[in-house]
Amino acid sequence: MGIDFLWAFLIGGAICMLGQVLIITTKITSARILVTFVLIGVVLQAFGLFEPISGFAKAGVNVPIIGFGASLAKGAMGAVKSVGLLGAFTGGLQATAGGIAAAVGFAFLFSLIFKSRTK
Amino acid sequence: MNNNQRNEAYNQYVEARIPRTKPWPSLFNSFWVGGVICLLGQAIDTLILYWFPSISEQNAWAWTLIVLIFLASFLTGVGVYDKIGKFAGGGSIVPITGFSNSISSPAIEFKHEGIIYGTCVKMFTIAGPVIVVGVVASVVVGIIYWIIGLF
Amino acid sequence: MKQTIEFRNRPKIIGSYSIVGPKEGQGPFGEYFDYVMKDDSFGEKTYELAERKMFEHAITGAIEKAGLNTGDINLMLAGDLLNQIISSSYTARDMNIPYLGLFGACSTMAETLAVGATLVNGKHFRNVICATGSHFSTAERQFRFPLELGNQRVPTSQWTVTAAGASVLSLEGEGPEITMATFGKVVDFGIVDVNNMGAAMAPSAASVIHTHFEDTGRKPTDYDLIVTGDLGKLGAEILVDLLEDKGIKLGPSYSDCGHSYFTRNQDTMCGASGCGVSASVLNSYIVKKLNKGEYKRVLFVPTGALMSTTASQQGESIPGVSHAIVIEAGGRK
Repeated sequence: MGIDFLWAFLIGGAICMLGQVLIITTKITSARILVTFVLIGVVLQAFGLFEPISGFAKAGVNVPIIGFGASLAKGAMGAVKSVGLLGAFTGGLQATAGGIAAAVGFAFLFSLIFKSRTK
Repeated sequence: MNNNQRNEAYNQYVEARIPRTKPWPSLFNSFWVGGVICLLGQAIDTLILYWFPSISEQNAWAWTLIVLIFLASFLTGVGVYDKIGKFAGGGSIVPITGFSNSISSPAIEFKHEGIIYGTCVKMFTIAGPVIVVGVVASVVVGIIYWIIGLF
Repeated sequence: MKQTIEFRNRPKIIGSYSIVGPKEGQGPFGEYFDYVMKDDSFGEKTYELAERKMFEHAITGAIEKAGLNTGDINLMLAGDLLNQIISSSYTARDMNIPYLGLFGACSTMAETLAVGATLVNGKHFRNVICATGSHFSTAERQFRFPLELGNQRVPTSQWTVTAAGASVLSLEGEGPEITMATFGKVVDFGIVDVNNMGAAMAPSAASVIHTHFEDTGRKPTDYDLIVTGDLGKLGAEILVDLLEDKGIKLGPSYSDCGHSYFTRNQDTMCGASGCGVSASVLNSYIVKKLNKGEYKRVLFVPTGALMSTTASQQGESIPGVSHAIVIEAGGRK
């Protein structure tokens, strides 16, 4: 079990550092970074490369937004297998519904409570 | 010298004058903060599986993400997440917590423009493209997968 | 003289007032400002309302220091950074003074002074108030990102100040005299990086300063202080280089308000930016030094980046505009 934690830290850290490399070298903003990493996740999953990494890196690849992209693709592919072409449309969001709903729901809730402040 | 040449020369000159910061400290910070966030995810997942042995691995993972998203959203509300972001850069943008921060921060920022046109509309100013690109890509992947399955 | 006009009746700045936020108050100019807010929301519900209240505070403060009443003011010239210059227009609504809204981004203080001095010098208006300002939190949300978004500032970025300043111009009364104004052209050297305002504005400052010296036959040594608005550290360095290419050595009397607005450990990268920078420094530090006679003649050159988020997203570069105002210590003929 300890090895899971080590891999999660090392792989997760490396992926985030890759994001920082992008920020420094290309000056891109957070929206583009997030988009880039989601796409990386979709592509890795589509070519069947995500599962092998996820098998040992666990949270290391699933916590970064790459995992979100991978779930989208995995959901779409899985649903195609079980329900056919319809699955290409329903599968992706089904697999990621929890995350999106939580992010939207908590953002809405906290927007009612908190106020942004000057730094 | 026409304007285009002048502008090109000026841009090159400016580029050379821009103060350079050493990349290593920010790379190091993004590495360890990003690593710690993933480590936290691993710990939450492990705890959920320990406390609720009957839960499926997939559902345990879904709960883990929801907990992380909640934490990031809360830290955004109390004004802590942007301080982490200033320190860690990519370390706190790339994890799912950064996604949560990108939805919560405009939601809070634009609340004064009203719940509909402020909070709800602006919520997706940064995260919108992420969801759009992700969903479109997954649909494309799904369709290709279906076509391959026909043969 | 191509772009310069001389004001023979020498309009005076008979009242001036500056108000800044808490962070700005801790900077090197802190002791010179008339009012430092304890909290930059200024007791208002939104930051836009706070900015408006700052405007009102600065304008009434300047009128009071001029020994006048609001009713004595014939015209208000003001502008700000928000879309449709709402801070200025809504303040004008509440002040009940005839109003011309002017937009020159961060060069607005010069634009209002130049237009105001022209009108007062021509004796069309007796007392004119010129005002501008900016607020960190309103500018940030309009031009950049939500405050709570966790991202990093790039080394060329500048910090939009929370500050406002106002000056009352008149031919009657005591105060520093505006003797000349050089109106600047819009200059664009093709900078597209919205985080590098200094580089976008420096060519316009170089252009107007160069024209000013050509028009007047003066040299940099004729001024005790040559001060640009908010070029920041990088922009100021670029300006010095650009002018050297044109054979003008600015020398030790040159400084930039934005570069010296914050101390090093206030973490503002290249320095300060925003309409409030030049407005608050002029209406505190510079006017006070002129009144004391420590400066005899100042060349005041606020710089503006005419940036729009729409144009930037469509790939347009950022044009700059700057105007140069000559301000001399009063009491001379």
